[in-house]
Amino acid sequence: MSDAKYEAVIGIEIHVQLATRTKMFCGCELSFGDPPNTHTCPVCLAHPGALPVTNAEAIRLGIMAGLALGCDIAPESTFHRKNYFYPDLPKAYQISQFDEPLCIGGSFTYLQEEGPQVVGITRVHLEEDAAKLQHLSASGRRAGAEQSAVDFNRGGTPLAEIVTEPDIRTAQQAADFLKQLRGTLREIGISDCNMEEGSMRADANVSIRPVGSTELGTKTELKNMNSFTFLRRGVEAEIARQIAIVEAGDRVVQETLHFDPVTEQLHPLRSKEESHDYRYFPEPDLVPVAPDPAWVAELRDAMPEGPVARRVRYEAMGLTFEDAEVLTESRELSDYFEATAAQADAKQAANWIRGDLRALLSERGEEPWQGHVTPTRLAQLITLVDSGALSRANAREVVLPAILESDKDPQAIVDEQGLGAIGDGDELRSIVQTAIDDNPKQAEQLRGGQDKLLGFFVGQVMKATGGRADAKAVNELIRELLGS
Amino acid sequence: MMDATQLTAEGAIKALAAGETSSAELVDTYLARCEDDRWGSFLALDAERARARANEIDAMDEKPPLRGVPIAIKDVLSTEGLTTTCASKILEGFTPVYTATCVERLERAGAIVLGKTNMDEFAMGSSTENSAYQVTRNPWDLERVPGGSSGGSAAAVAACQAPWSLGTDTGGSIRQPAALCGIVGMKPTYGAVSRYGLVAFASSLDQVGPFARSVRDAAHLLSFMVGKDPKDSTSVDWPDPIVLPTAERLDGMRVGIVTELMGEGIDPGVRAAVERSMALVEELGGTVVPISLPSSAHGIATYYLIAPAECSANLARFDGVRYGPRHEADTLLDQYELTRGELFGPEVKRRIILGTFALASGYYDAYYRRAQQVRTLIVRDFATAFENVDLIASPTSPTVAFKLGERTADPMSMYLADICTVPVSLAGLPSISIPCGLSDGLPVGLQLVGPAFSENRLFAASHALEQAIGFNPTPPGLS
Repeated sequence: MSDAKYEAVIGIEIHVQLATRTKMFCGCELSFGDPPNTHTCPVCLAHPGALPVTNAEAIRLGIMAGLALGCDIAPESTFHRKNYFYPDLPKAYQISQFDEPLCIGGSFTYLQEEGPQVVGITRVHLEEDAAKLQHLSASGRRAGAEQSAVDFNRGGTPLAEIVTEPDIRTAQQAADFLKQLRGTLREIGISDCNMEEGSMRADANVSIRPVGSTELGTKTELKNMNSFTFLRRGVEAEIARQIAIVEAGDRVVQETLHFDPVTEQLHPLRSKEESHDYRYFPEPDLVPVAPDPAWVAELRDAMPEGPVARRVRYEAMGLTFEDAEVLTESRELSDYFEATAAQADAKQAANWIRGDLRALLSERGEEPWQGHVTPTRLAQLITLVDSGALSRANAREVVLPAILESDKDPQAIVDEQGLGAIGDGDELRSIVQTAIDDNPKQAEQLRGGQDKLLGFFVGQVMKATGGRADAKAVNELIRELLGS
Repeated sequence: MMDATQLTAEGAIKALAAGETSSAELVDTYLARCEDDRWGSFLALDAERARARANEIDAMDEKPPLRGVPIAIKDVLSTEGLTTTCASKILEGFTPVYTATCVERLERAGAIVLGKTNMDEFAMGSSTENSAYQVTRNPWDLERVPGGSSGGSAAAVAACQAPWSLGTDTGGSIRQPAALCGIVGMKPTYGAVSRYGLVAFASSLDQVGPFARSVRDAAHLLSFMVGKDPKDSTSVDWPDPIVLPTAERLDGMRVGIVTELMGEGIDPGVRAAVERSMALVEELGGTVVPISLPSSAHGIATYYLIAPAECSANLARFDGVRYGPRHEADTLLDQYELTRGELFGPEVKRRIILGTFALASGYYDAYYRRAQQVRTLIVRDFATAFENVDLIASPTSPTVAFKLGERTADPMSMYLADICTVPVSLAGLPSISIPCGLSDGLPVGLQLVGPAFSENRLFAASHALEQAIGFNPTPPGLS
């Protein structure tokens, strides 16, 4: 934050589309990009007499989310009707959870350079998504549209809403939190959390207060930010806007805002979301959700280690903050790293994966776990280099590409191509001596203190050995033989 | 040949099994009678499909159990390819794409849908006068109401236009018209019959149930409808199969008569008929004990908060966007207001407004929440009573059929028509109305209530009493 007089207080509400096969309250398949109104039925079109039936898989995924966030799973939770009229809401009420949500009171730890940060999780509840409105005007906006059309394919998609406590203090933290939360939710498989396709959407509640104050200021709500960058920039802009208001002696007004990432402007939303009395009441068409405690315990026991916990473990293995962050970006990459580190030095493995391997693969558009460089082969390569049996340069420039091309083990390639390093034996010593003897003038200058000539001799030796010499060993030999 | 329309469904099935008649013949006979306009029972007939289905069943070697016996269906139940209007202009011409589970189950059992019967708009009313389309007349006196909201289904059976029919009951909408039309009407335990395809009025109260000319027919029809439906979360696995009652005695049966419902506000003629039935209970070996349901005095007030609250949300989907007529306007809000303002009738609007108010922020606790608390007290009243008695008896309706137009100007007097039935609905209990005599030449209904899932007990006792009462369900002039 620019002005140290104030601190921001930020809470986030995240909607994630659950990775079920069918909708929240009917059997229609979920789809993205199919022709409009091809995934509908009497239930999700709210035909007279149709009734909702709760999707059991959505309940399971919601509970998984709650468990991953350390929440208590309510022994009994209920659905409510949230009433408002809008064409994207066929029943004119959304079935959502109100005062008895599925999961209550957890926390999520996310990592920052300066250390772990904890965000309280107020609740996780389930609800159904609205349908999609399309305004048939040149701009695609409602104003001035000749007609509006409704696509009910999305209507009834199961959503989990995760609500945090106002524990976040900066825009960057908000983005970091959301990114790491996404990693966790993806890891447990409850959602693909694709922000561009809208399967993960975030709203931020933002207020400011003087540093040192414990009171909460008037908050505003930033709706539907669909990337981490927009979330960060939107919250930054809103904090700046609120500070400017307060500095000018005015008061922040509670309102809902839309952040336009192009203009970086915040616009108040005058929408269905505002000035409404939703008249919540318990949904009489559904029975309470009362998960079997033994089943919940089973789910809890089967929870995988989350990416944040893995990061902490990786740092303890000697990796840097950044290593750990990068290597936990996906479960596949994590698994690849761990399989390699089980057979070779962990830090070396991290360096190879993040550096040479990814660089090589990125040209081919491949991921480490997809090609011939298996964790075992990478570990073998690292061991060959570590032991001095293969020079780093040959490992990087010859052996690694060769594994990729030929699907052979590193040792086989070394043998085939005669790349065995000329390490500490007499052979290397005599080659170094020859290089000194052939270049007496340069040898004299190096002896006289011109250290840059060290590289010249290393180059000569490498040339003579076809790169098989270990650079470090060559260095040492030159100094020894020159007596410098 | 006998007049087929005077038969019970049981008699018709026997005649079919004996080869004395065919389904096609039955369907034609009933359809001819349905076309008689005197009573205004039907909103739509499905003659062509009914005849085709009858021929289909007649041609079967292995016939389904109901053998092609016709049935009339209240227009609040969704029927694929057959208009379902709920007697409302807002669903004028609406033809569903699917059939209600209960109707589907009956069709599978070999029942043939003759058509859709008139009702109070969206099942809101006690006289069928709130239909947006037509008046239905009581077959016992054409100047009187058939009761409601399932007035069309009750009148159709009383007028022998169908051997039996389906109604729905939210606060008495099966039992009260059954009483006023002199037939049997039964509301099962909440959850017994799937509500999938029942256009919701008040979801926590609505139940589908049978109208019939005999208790055995009512039991028979219900036996095909009960049981869990995966499409209705509130439907339940049915514990014991419904059996056709044969009991002739009530030995050991303790019947509680509700003192609050035998005093002021109950017509003397009604009370007298119910008292005669209680005397019969004792003659048949049962015991009659006076009981009290203290909280039931608040039944009507409670009901008129909960039911409208639920209806305000249930009827919000009728917005002219996806189906039904639409009144076009320049703005979305105008379109909603015009469509709903023009096409809902006054009683429906009254209840939507009442319910919206009861749920509004700031009023919820005082009205909706309080009503739910009283509902719990009413449930407890019944539970306490059933510690000492097997069944509870009262009049079904405080009066016999009233005159058309007599109460339309005074909603409160109309609401009081359900004073005996509403508490039972709030408790979700099974309940039956059987005709127990006449008062001033008009039928009186006796209501019997049992604990949840005691349908078999209820049918057995009602059957024994029915035999002892010996009521002829055919109105004078029709036989």
